[in-house]
Amino acid sequence: MQRFSSHTGIAAPLLKDDVNTDQIAPIMHSRSLKEDYKAMLFYRARRRGDGSEDPDFVLNKPQFRAAGILVTGHNFGAGSSRESAVWSMLANDIRVIVAKSFADIYRENCLQNGLLPVVLDPQDADAFIAWVVVADGAEPFTVDLVTQRISGPGGADIAFAIPPADRTRLLEGLDDIGLTLKHMDQIASFERRAADAQPWLQRTSDSRR
Amino acid sequence: MPRTLFDKIWDGHCVGQRSDGRDLLYIDRHVLHEAHAHHAFAQLQRQGRAVHRPDLTFAVQDHTVATQPGRDDSTNPSGTAFIQAMREGCRNNGIRLFDIGDPEQGISHVVAPELGIVLPGATHAVPDSHASTVGGVGALAFGCGTSELAHILATQVMALKRPKRMRVRLDGRLGAHVNAKDVALHLIAELGVAGARGYAVEYADEAARAMPIEQRMTLCNLNIEMGGRSGFVAPDDATFAWLAGRPFAPQGALWDRALVHWRTLKTDDDAAFDREVTLDCSALEPQITWGTDPSQVVGISGRVPEPTAFEPSRRAAVESAFAYMGLAPGTPLAGLPVDRVFIGSCTNSRLPDLETAAAVVRGRRVAPGVIAMVVPGSSRVKHEAEAAGLDRIFRDAGFFWGESGCSMCAGGNGDRGRPGERCVSTTNRNFENRQGPKVRTHLASPATAAATAIAGRIADVRQLLVGAA
Repeated sequence: MQRFSSHTGIAAPLLKDDVNTDQIAPIMHSRSLKEDYKAMLFYRARRRGDGSEDPDFVLNKPQFRAAGILVTGHNFGAGSSRESAVWSMLANDIRVIVAKSFADIYRENCLQNGLLPVVLDPQDADAFIAWVVVADGAEPFTVDLVTQRISGPGGADIAFAIPPADRTRLLEGLDDIGLTLKHMDQIASFERRAADAQPWLQRTSDSRR
Repeated sequence: MPRTLFDKIWDGHCVGQRSDGRDLLYIDRHVLHEAHAHHAFAQLQRQGRAVHRPDLTFAVQDHTVATQPGRDDSTNPSGTAFIQAMREGCRNNGIRLFDIGDPEQGISHVVAPELGIVLPGATHAVPDSHASTVGGVGALAFGCGTSELAHILATQVMALKRPKRMRVRLDGRLGAHVNAKDVALHLIAELGVAGARGYAVEYADEAARAMPIEQRMTLCNLNIEMGGRSGFVAPDDATFAWLAGRPFAPQGALWDRALVHWRTLKTDDDAAFDREVTLDCSALEPQITWGTDPSQVVGISGRVPEPTAFEPSRRAAVESAFAYMGLAPGTPLAGLPVDRVFIGSCTNSRLPDLETAAAVVRGRRVAPGVIAMVVPGSSRVKHEAEAAGLDRIFRDAGFFWGESGCSMCAGGNGDRGRPGERCVSTTNRNFENRQGPKVRTHLASPATAAATAIAGRIADVRQLLVGAA
């Protein structure tokens, strides 16, 4: 997995709650196994009814086209578990999402891919949003996972909290499967115990065959 | 110390703790679908990793399959590559696939319980947010992303942080033509779309107990729409009777032994929950969504709310929902003309759902100009419905009767509405553009959807049936 230590980029304010994964990464009309995740990001939200670009959508505004940090409200990433809603962020070089809260599965998908999900408490979030709105894409912000601070133009740093294990995983770019494979002995012994205690769970058979 | 059923299942499946503090939770049954599995197969191949327990893994083709009679791999051209990659991945890894043409093909959340693949007290994972549908048989299920899917394939465990516990007490007896869909929609309206985030939810008490197993599945299916990854109803005699004799359920002496264990799957008296919610269901009327998230719900006799009914922080979202839905505050829901009705999806596509809808439709016609579809949740449901003559009832009324799959729930198979259409749908998400660009979705029960198809307008099924009597 891609490591994350610090990221500097333009911060784009998407000031809504409950942005869902159907909005972030819509199912495209024409699909393939190798999808264009860059184009997928907010594909419909970026467009007006006639298919032309909507100049009012934040990532279409000139100052935010190359945004590297997305700033948003509560419950970001609700809905479908599709991981394309994270891959499409990374394909657009968005490496940090700062939100008031995340949907559970989306946050996990972020951690699995080296996309930093930062949760600020409501007061800090509102202060940060105000700061981002004033900055208006003129200068970048830096989100540093080592120091757990957000810094930016003309303001005091904002500290953020993150569970230590999640922080380590991102900093070291740990292979999640690799971490678990160290426990294969435990898994095998669980399977042996379960085969005795609840054998109907440790095997499957089609009684018609 | 008294324990919740959630804790009993979790502790009984906890293999150990990882160095990062996450619990390794053994997954008894893993079910894949073609929209996401190919990424995971490719990842494992790249990493030189094998599937640890192909015998505990099953696969279905559901998200991208066409619903037209006589369908094949290429009927939905944008699904072909997914369907074929799934077939290849399953063949290479020794995984049983319920493929197009298989009599057991269908939506994973419908197929796994109806075949007895998923069982009470079992842990279950699907790379799909509606995995907890199978909570209806008392299983603990987790929807997951693609990376977690690859992780489960390689290890048969998930690395999880233990969620908090919530109990939702459903009191009272449901009125006529009111069912689990209405209860769930009302609950989401009460708790909000993030009300269960971070919790595993146990649905308990009179109204949950009275629900047939299929309705319990509908209830648990919608748990994610209030942000909860896992939701379940403790198994009881109704569950055991429902599972007995299903092809993958234990048989004979093994069944008897399983039953002894399953009867212990209860929350102890005095066990503590982190949150408890009580809902009186006795006065509930059929529910329907008016907006663009599943918490924007009113009773069928209700009106689109005024923006002032919401906290100031919610008003912009509410105004945006009005605009997308083409609705003004104060508009009654009942009577709104519709263009399309969809009955199907993992939420409401099991045999009793179709029976309920057919009872409304029988001897009536779909209103002129309305496109109405029924897509059974599995090929087995379709077969059973046809044996009972339900397909004739729907077809004679002017419904399309499709082959099984996810269909219009997310439109991943090409079944979509046209821009601007108003659609009453038995699915789970009324998100903007989900059922097609600019399609205006109203979520409701199969009975409400069927009544709406007949009336050509959003209809109160109770009035339609009274009118006929």
